[in-house]
Amino acid sequence: MAAVILSAKALVRSFGGLRAVDGVDLDLLSGEIHALIGPNGAGKTTFVSLLSGRIAPDQGQITLAGEDITRLPAHLRVRKGIAYTFQITSIYPRLSVFDNVALAAQARGAGNLKAEVHAALLRVGMAELSNQEAATLSYGHQRLLEVAMGLALNPRVLILDEPTQGLASGEIAGFVALVRSLVPQTTVLLIEHNMDVVMDLAQRITVLNHGKVLAQGSPTEIRSNRAVQAAYLGVDHAET
Amino acid sequence: MEGLVKAAVLALTAVGLSLVFGVMRVVNVAHGAFFMLGAVLAWTVAQYVPGDPMFGWFAALLIAPAIVAAIAATADTFVLKRLNYDPEATIVATIGLLYILEQAALSLFGPDAKPVPAPFNIRLQLPWFGYSGYKIFVVFAAVAVLLAVWWFMTRTRAGLVMRATQVDRQTARAFGINVDRVYAGVFALGAGLAAIAAVLLVPISQAHYLMGGDPLLLSFIVVIIGGLGSLRGTLVAALIIGLSDGVISMFWSPTLAKIIATAAVAMVLVFRPQGLFGARA
Amino acid sequence: MKIWILHIAVLLALVLAQLVLPPYHANNLSRILVLAVFAMGYNISFGYAGLLSLGHALLFAAGMYGAGMLVHHAGMPALPALIAGGLAGGAMAGLVGLLALRTAGVSFMIVTLMFAQVGFLSILYFNGVTGGDEGIALTGPQRQILGLDMTQDTPRFWVALILFAIALLVKLALVQSRFGRLMLAMRENEERSRMLGLNPFGIKLKILVISGVFSGVAGAAYALLFGYLGGSFASVQYSILPMLYVLLGGAGTVLGPLLGAGLMFYLVDFTSGLTSAYLMVVGAALVVLVLFAPKGILGTLRERWLPWLP
Ligand SMILES: Nc1ncnc2c1ncn2[C@@H]1O[C@H](COP(=O)(O)OP(=O)(O)OP(=O)(O)O)[C@@H](O)[C@H]1O
Ligand SMILES: [Mg+2]
Repeated sequence: MAAVILSAKALVRSFGGLRAVDGVDLDLLSGEIHALIGPNGAGKTTFVSLLSGRIAPDQGQITLAGEDITRLPAHLRVRKGIAYTFQITSIYPRLSVFDNVALAAQARGAGNLKAEVHAALLRVGMAELSNQEAATLSYGHQRLLEVAMGLALNPRVLILDEPTQGLASGEIAGFVALVRSLVPQTTVLLIEHNMDVVMDLAQRITVLNHGKVLAQGSPTEIRSNRAVQAAYLGVDHAET
Repeated sequence: MEGLVKAAVLALTAVGLSLVFGVMRVVNVAHGAFFMLGAVLAWTVAQYVPGDPMFGWFAALLIAPAIVAAIAATADTFVLKRLNYDPEATIVATIGLLYILEQAALSLFGPDAKPVPAPFNIRLQLPWFGYSGYKIFVVFAAVAVLLAVWWFMTRTRAGLVMRATQVDRQTARAFGINVDRVYAGVFALGAGLAAIAAVLLVPISQAHYLMGGDPLLLSFIVVIIGGLGSLRGTLVAALIIGLSDGVISMFWSPTLAKIIATAAVAMVLVFRPQGLFGARA
Repeated sequence: MKIWILHIAVLLALVLAQLVLPPYHANNLSRILVLAVFAMGYNISFGYAGLLSLGHALLFAAGMYGAGMLVHHAGMPALPALIAGGLAGGAMAGLVGLLALRTAGVSFMIVTLMFAQVGFLSILYFNGVTGGDEGIALTGPQRQILGLDMTQDTPRFWVALILFAIALLVKLALVQSRFGRLMLAMRENEERSRMLGLNPFGIKLKILVISGVFSGVAGAAYALLFGYLGGSFASVQYSILPMLYVLLGGAGTVLGPLLGAGLMFYLVDFTSGLTSAYLMVVGAALVVLVLFAPKGILGTLRERWLPWLP
């Protein structure tokens, strides 16, 4: 069995009276693609925000390759190799695509910016858009730009928060291939509502509901899990 | 007594500033200029009204704040609204407004300080001190105006609409509130309060085109210490600062007192942005 | 390449201007150049990094008094004093930044304004040392830079131009460097930057210090070149002026501050001949700019026709 790279123990975070994350344990195995799913408001974004350091936990412990990083500020966690792409697109709108990715590459002290940026853009298929202003990109391209920024960081753990949201179905196939090509060098934690993508990519799945872990296992196990069907798939069906 | 007068006038001015910030999220750097304008206009009005100074002053109390409020509403409609109330752009714009108003006052009224006679000159003779009846009147008048503002904000429909807009501009708009009108009204009300404060004060000090600096600084101090946008905090802070101002300047020179006060308030903003009292009204 | 040619050409045009302009205007040009260095400092923090300070007068005054006090009280020669002025500006910016950068947006504006006000009042309060309101006039012997006499128009212009040229080229190199990209990142999206592993507080502090060095050098040069330091240079007005220059010329453009300083200088010069209320022009310019041309002249030019303009 592969080593645990990122581990969360009994994480708790409340907003006012609401326990958005309520005692979550999760071990990410080095080199896996791990999907985090759950209905809207389950606490997925909050949970990965705790991992990446965007917000501080009320209780619990986070370790990266055995090192306690619970109190480490966000930017230092990124330097240690935890990259995060935002659910709500967050780019530098008035800078060029090149500059967006270059900022990621130079933040980790890359030597040859041009080459590294080009490589990252190539992987998401945006190499020709290098000089375009980011704000003028289509929504799908802005999502991919975020992924490119994450790639340029060369992370050990890449956290993707609903990356396929807003992508056209044609783009999704390319994206799935891209994520698959990242492992095992990079470990991927993927938050995703598109079940096809999840079942296709993930080796393991954790289901979150009301801030708690509802189930964990392989895609097949999760698919046949009654509780999950009730809480999550059921809800999804009711909505559509 | 000096302290009370100061606190009363300061409270009126600062509540105006706080109201504008609270509802509109606009930091109005021209607030002191509105104060100055109120004083200078009071002098002008008093010039034109013959007879007992009483008539001139009361006319000024009605007319000067109205004119100032109208100017403020105009500035809101033609400048602030077009900036979409972007916080940084509005600060720059109100700095511009400050220069324009100050310099207009200089052109129209000249560089000299203008006295305005008090409406009455009664002295209240107590065993130990004599009190100027006018100063006592100022304190009561300010309290009356503040009560009126409080009543307006909490008990009338217009006030309710203003508070609704403060909570959430978008929702207020969705409920059919004319946010533009509310904002113009709040900005006018804030400026009008500064002008009323100035008309109250002007028989005690004098009207001068540069007189807006101190009220502006003090109002900022009060609003920040009281907690940005909190009316209750503003009142408490005005009282404390107005009263302590006299005490402080007994120990230190006015300049040193200002240095210490300004530095202290900057530190409050850095380390306790919610104000010293923290309570939100 | 094109970019460097443009900026060298501007510098050559300034050399030429000195040769052909009548003394009155050549003299104005010296002042404009020094003020433009100040505005470039302001532009580094505001135009590129989005830090809207209302307290840069404090940094200008730190340079002015840093240099002026050393010359006046300690008899230091002008050139080292000029350098000391730059350091004083940078140190003051660092001090202010350590505190003010804990805030953002409107609070940052108010906090910087208040710190500058503390500086201004302190200059008035310690008038025994600073000369307070009246200020201090520097004498001829105190104003020799490398054997050039700053009481004479022509050498003064050359020193002003050299300072400006150094500042311009340093700034150009800065904004085109990796650090220049970090400056823009602070303006555009701080949260994203943090999640790329950048430390916004540290980066902004560095930016402010660089801005402070520019402002401090400008303040020191102003004292040494024109022979006078006074409390009024620390007043709010000297925080507003560089902002105005930058807004007019174009925030986030290398040449904008020069253009803005030049235009505004002549606009105020012209109106102060007509009325004592000439500051109204400053006020009106501020309002008109934020309303109708928030990008300024060069910013608009860049947006429409010259996307390569740095
Ligand atoms: N900053 C915040 N302040 C207050 N409440 C918050 C905050 N962030 C999240 N919440 C609340 O915490 C709960 C969990 O939110 P979170 O964004 O983590 O859910 P999610 O699983 O990512 O949902 P989605 O699938 O919609 O992205 C929600 O009820 C949300 O309203
Ligand atoms: Mg989410």
